[in-house]
Formats: sequence, structure tokens, C-alpha cells
Amino acid sequence: MSSTDTPTDTDTPETDTLETDTVREAMLEQLTGEFGDALVGSHLEPGIDLTIRVTAAAWADTAAFLKTGMGFAYFNFVSAIDWMPSPFGRDMDSQVDISIEGTEPKAAEEMTWGLAGGETRFQVLARVNDIVNHRAVTIKADVPEDSLTVPTWVGSYAGANWHEREAWEMFGINFAGHPGLRHIYLPGEFEGNPMRKDYPLLARRVKPWPGIVDVEAMPGDDEEDEIDGAEAAAGDATASADPADGGSQP
Amino acid sequence: MTDISDRQQLSYIAAQAADARVNLELETEGMTLNIGPQHPATHGTLRIVAKLDGEQVIAADPVMGYMHRGYEKLTEVRTYPQVTTLINRIDWLGSFANEVPFILAAEQLMEVEAPPRAQSIRTILFEMSRIANVVLFLGDMAVQVGAVTPVFFAFRDREHILNQIEAVTGGRFHPNFDRIGGLKDDLPAGWISETKQVMKKMRAFCDEIETLVLGNEIFQARTRGIGVIPADIGLQYGLSGANIRASGVDWDVRRDNPCGLAYDQVDWKVWTHPDGDSFSRFWVRLQETREATKIVDQLLDTIPAGPVMAKVPRIIKVPAGEAYVETENPLGVMGYYVVSKGDLVPYRVKIRSASFNNMSISPWLLKGVYVPDIITILASLYFILGDIDR
Repeated sequence: MSSTDTPTDTDTPETDTLETDTVREAMLEQLTGEFGDALVGSHLEPGIDLTIRVTAAAWADTAAFLKTGMGFAYFNFVSAIDWMPSPFGRDMDSQVDISIEGTEPKAAEEMTWGLAGGETRFQVLARVNDIVNHRAVTIKADVPEDSLTVPTWVGSYAGANWHEREAWEMFGINFAGHPGLRHIYLPGEFEGNPMRKDYPLLARRVKPWPGIVDVEAMPGDDEEDEIDGAEAAAGDATASADPADGGSQP
Repeated sequence: MTDISDRQQLSYIAAQAADARVNLELETEGMTLNIGPQHPATHGTLRIVAKLDGEQVIAADPVMGYMHRGYEKLTEVRTYPQVTTLINRIDWLGSFANEVPFILAAEQLMEVEAPPRAQSIRTILFEMSRIANVVLFLGDMAVQVGAVTPVFFAFRDREHILNQIEAVTGGRFHPNFDRIGGLKDDLPAGWISETKQVMKKMRAFCDEIETLVLGNEIFQARTRGIGVIPADIGLQYGLSGANIRASGVDWDVRRDNPCGLAYDQVDWKVWTHPDGDSFSRFWVRLQETREATKIVDQLLDTIPAGPVMAKVPRIIKVPAGEAYVETENPLGVMGYYVVSKGDLVPYRVKIRSASFNNMSISPWLLKGVYVPDIITILASLYFILGDIDR
């Protein structure tokens, strides 16, 4: 965090971060031993979490090994991430602001990846738990750019079925061997993959973003006084939901 | 995968054999039955397309998305404090509980920890959301087997809880009270003793439901041995909450990983049931509601003094990184995988909601059951449509 408004964190707790996290290190060792070169990246945050990255070819084998070889019987979720920064500039800039105020659209940022690295635009992301020993691991895999296909997890975890349908619909990622990739949320004739970063959020394009006002200084507010108010920090910034997005209530 | 369909095929064949004589005489033929989108048992707008052979379901296919609001996309254009407004509406019966895992994930990335008082009050409100939520299930489940009275008791007594939540947060359904670094406000005066009275009323409600519903012969006939989920199948589908504990799996995130919440300071018990049928799911939820009132009672006695907000900047920028935090919500495990690039807005938020996983077992579970049992099984799985569709 480079910004200057970092608090002098007197309240930051002495976290129980262990210097060595033997449980997760042992997990990583076992996985490295099993997959060797197919395990292309890993990130271990002692006391918090373990993330590994495998090749797309080893995606299904990873699930099978975690389930039968390591006792990760609990399926948590499968999803995906689009690492390409939005071509509409920073996410909060509405297109109307650009056309009315004449601001230059910002150049798209470079693609960067998160924990355990990455090479391709799309990554699949999954998590499984070992509920007996209270362990969990997050698994990622790069999705090949040309085919956008990874093997399905349904053979190992039957519950992956719906999650993969959702990822297919929202990101356009194919899961080879899936018993029926069809729309789960969107109508059958829907075109496009809404969760991709280059899919425009229409509500933002037709209506200026009101929320940006809330994080600017309020009238009568001392602008220097940024670290001051805990309650000011949160209290004002809860904008009412944009009606176009449709909050709901039974 | 194969062993699942084998098992289902066997049970289907067995049932077919039992019905063979009747079928010969009546010459039944297949039909497709549409249940919903508007049906009281679906808690929203869920449609189930069931292919029937006589009274038996051959295949059931839930159709959802009638309430899809695209929250994962919308979080990408909202600042972190604004996201709680959205995610309040995922499971609308236990709204406060939706906010907590997201806030905890953001706090983990910012390396901020809420003060002990805020953690304690968070846990109290979290458990009160659970009671407000599950109380409706306890009443509603009885409606699905034909007993209408308990649901009125449920709505009557839920009101006490909602009043207490409203007294603290100002909102009955969508409190939007949790903040990165703590809570918006402290408790109002006199709230603690009032809440204790309410907890007594809720325990009385649980006793009432127990005598009204649990021992009822019709209720038992409709739920015992119906919709049995074996533990290994439940784990594969990622079932959580009371649904998996009713299959004999002793797993509760509150006990096993109480990050940022005060469960480790309380003496409480995780309830499980070995049967895995609709009845045991009801039974486990009833016990959990009682247990929740005890957790609240104990925490009310031990709220530490001090501030309810840690020092956080007025403009919240979350450092780049990724965090996944899950909590044991009223409907089951809810988690947020937050990817931040150091901006005002999250780069990507994966919402792992409990009902989505809980419902994904329904095509497997409904195969081979009889039509009236569809309703009781769906009711016993207890889902909220907003939690499936997000």
C-alpha cells in the first residue's frame, strides 16, 4: 500500500503469524512430490493460507489426488479470475464522465497476477477442505489462451458441476468432460460472458457514478483530517444502492 | 460419479419392482411437472422441472437465475465500504451474517483487527441473525408438511429478535452495520438486559416448536428416512451448515476456525445427527437455535470495554493481495475470495454462498423420491433464493 493515508497502526494486533507453518509446509511438500513440474507456483502465507498453481493439464489430477491421496474430501468452490484490466479504464470511471467532461480515457494497465503467479489472462480458481484435520488449500491453474479449456472436476467432486456451469457462463471457460455445460443463471439466448473485464457494465455506462462523491471530502470536512474519524470512514461511505442494479427483498 | 448413479439406479429399480404390479394395471406414462417459479416452498423464485413416472421423480432439474443480480460484477465497481450494502441482500433473513466474512477478508488484507469489544458485539449480532433466520425455517418446515400454526409463532417471535437488531443497527433486515475495523456504533443503553429477555423468549419458542412439531406423528412420517444424504456424498457436493452436520459430519467453522469472532471465549457445543434425513436436518437446526441463544447469553455477560472501531483511514484502500475468509452463516458456510490490486474497489470478489452448494445436491437427492416429498426435502435443505442466485 503506497498511499499516504495509511494509518499509524497502533492497533495492528500481534497476529499469531507463525514463522514456520509446519502443517502447510508439509502439504506443499507432499503436493510438490506428487506433481513435480506440473506444480508451477505456490504461495504460502504462514498461519493463513496455502495457494498452489498447477498446469491446466494437471488440473483434474490435482483434484483426484487431493481427494483420495490427501483427504481433502470437502469440495468448496470452483471459479475463475480474469486478470486483464478493464479496457474501460479504472473501474469506477463511467463512460459518461469521459464523454461529458472530456477526460482522457486512461490507458489500460499492464496485466498483473495475484498469489502464486500466472501467465494467461484467465485463471481457474478452486478450493477444497480437509474437514477432519481442518486444512484447506486454494488451487489455481492458467487456462490456455487458444482453447480456453481445462479438464472438469466433476469426476472427483460431483458438486463441481454447477460451479463449472457458472464459470463457463460467466467467463467462457470450457470444462472438458463436463456432463452438460449449459446456462445456469442467464437466459439461454444470452450472448457474452458478463464476468469478463471487457464486458461493459451497462448501468455504469449510461449513468454517472454517484459513489465517487462519497469518498471525497464532505462539505465542512477538514480534508487534512483523514485518519481522524473511524466512524466517518465508514459512516458516510455507504451509498445507497444504485436503483439500476436492483436491490431486492422478498 | 459412477458409484452415485449406480446407487440411484439400484434404488430406482427397487422402487420400480415394488410398483410393478400397480404400473401394469394402470399403465402409467411419464410426464413433466413444473414446480415453481412461484411456490411457497421455494423461498423466492426457484423452478424445478421434474420428470415423473407415476408418482416418482425420474429426474429433477432446478432452474434458477430468476433472481440473479450479478453481485460479483457489481462489487467490482463499488468501494469496499459500499460492498456491504450489496451483500446484505444475499441471504436476506440473516443479513448481518453476510457482511462479516467480507469485512474479515478485507481486514485480513489491510492487516487491521477489530477491537475486542467490536468482535464480541459482532459475534452477538451474528448469532442473532442466525436465530432470526433459522426461526423462520422451524416454522416454515411445519407448513410444508401441512401444519400452519407454527409459522405464526415463528413470525411472532422473530419480531423480538428483529426489534433488538433494529435497536442497535437501525435496520430490521439490512443492518449494514459492520465496518472495516469494527462496527458503526456501540450498543444502545439498556440493550443487554432486553436482549437477555428476548433470548429467554426464544428458548421458550424452541420448546414450543419441539412439543408442537418434533414429536408429531405426521411430521415424523413425512420426514423420517426421507431425503437421506450420506456423509461422503454431502462432502462431495460441498454441503455445509446443518445440512452436513445432520449427516453426522462434525464440522463447524465457528469452532474450527473462529478467525476474528469471539466463539473461542464461549462454552458451546456443535450438534450433529447421524441419520442424514429431513428430520435430522430439522432437529439439528432446532438444537442450533437453542445453542445460539446460549452463545448470545454468555457473550452479553462478557462484552469487553473499549472502542468499537480500530483506527482506519477515512478513504479505504485495501493493499494488493488475495484473501479468503469463510464463516458459519445461518444457511451454511459463506466465504468471500477477495482479490485486491490496491485500489478503492475490489478487483474480483468470488462469493461462495452456502445455498448454492446446498442446492447443487438436489438433482441427485430428488431422483427416485415421490412428489409430495420433493417439497419436504427442499424445505429441509433450507435455502434462500438470494443466496443461490446472488
